[in-house]
Amino acid sequence: MSEIKKFVYVNRKAPYGTVYALESLEVVLIGAAFDQDVRLIFMDDGVFQIKKDQNTEGSGLKNFSPTYNALGDYDVNKIYVEKESLEARGLTLDDLMDLTYEDEDDDWAEKSSISLVSADEIRDLMEDSDVVLSF
Amino acid sequence: MLHIVNKSPFQNDSFISCMAHAAESSTVLLIEDGVFAALKGSNVADHLSKAKVIALQSDVSARGIDANLAEGVELVDYAGFVDLVADNESVQSWV
Repeated sequence: MSEIKKFVYVNRKAPYGTVYALESLEVVLIGAAFDQDVRLIFMDDGVFQIKKDQNTEGSGLKNFSPTYNALGDYDVNKIYVEKESLEARGLTLDDLMDLTYEDEDDDWAEKSSISLVSADEIRDLMEDSDVVLSF
Repeated sequence: MLHIVNKSPFQNDSFISCMAHAAESSTVLLIEDGVFAALKGSNVADHLSKAKVIALQSDVSARGIDANLAEGVELVDYAGFVDLVADNESVQSWV
């Protein structure tokens, strides 16, 4: 087994308008098969990827937002959302999906995967990573 | 005239430039990622008052922001989109 690396996925694009969001999600899910330390950052328009209440019935687009709920089952449970990005868009944490995971070290208690962080903390997350994947 | 914006106001300056150049009598239609300009309380929301702003319902719903829209923003369906294009003598797309 090779050494575990810290992967950080930086998501900065809104869903649907471009394919970046869907591509990122697919790479994250594929990458989850490998035993690595994975963190997801949602900043800038990337925060819209995990906006709750997405409904694509009238548009003919594929609503892939429910797939984010599966991340917890793949041990992808370190999700960081930038506070400044939410504020600039008139959003709060309440506008985002409730992404959770079951903590095996705490009797499988259901816990939130999402942490609200500042731009400074995002900087530290990037500095602390071994591999950065940008979408 | 009708102005159409399809880019997020947080990604480039299409929306800001559109609102700076749109006459008060004109209509601005937000589609695709342009609908994010209609968010209540965002840092570009002040620009919404400069012209009549309409957003495409299906693109609003796809992005889950129906409950987050600023007051005064109207919604149209695809048929309404067609009517806007037909009823205006000229159309400018801020691509």
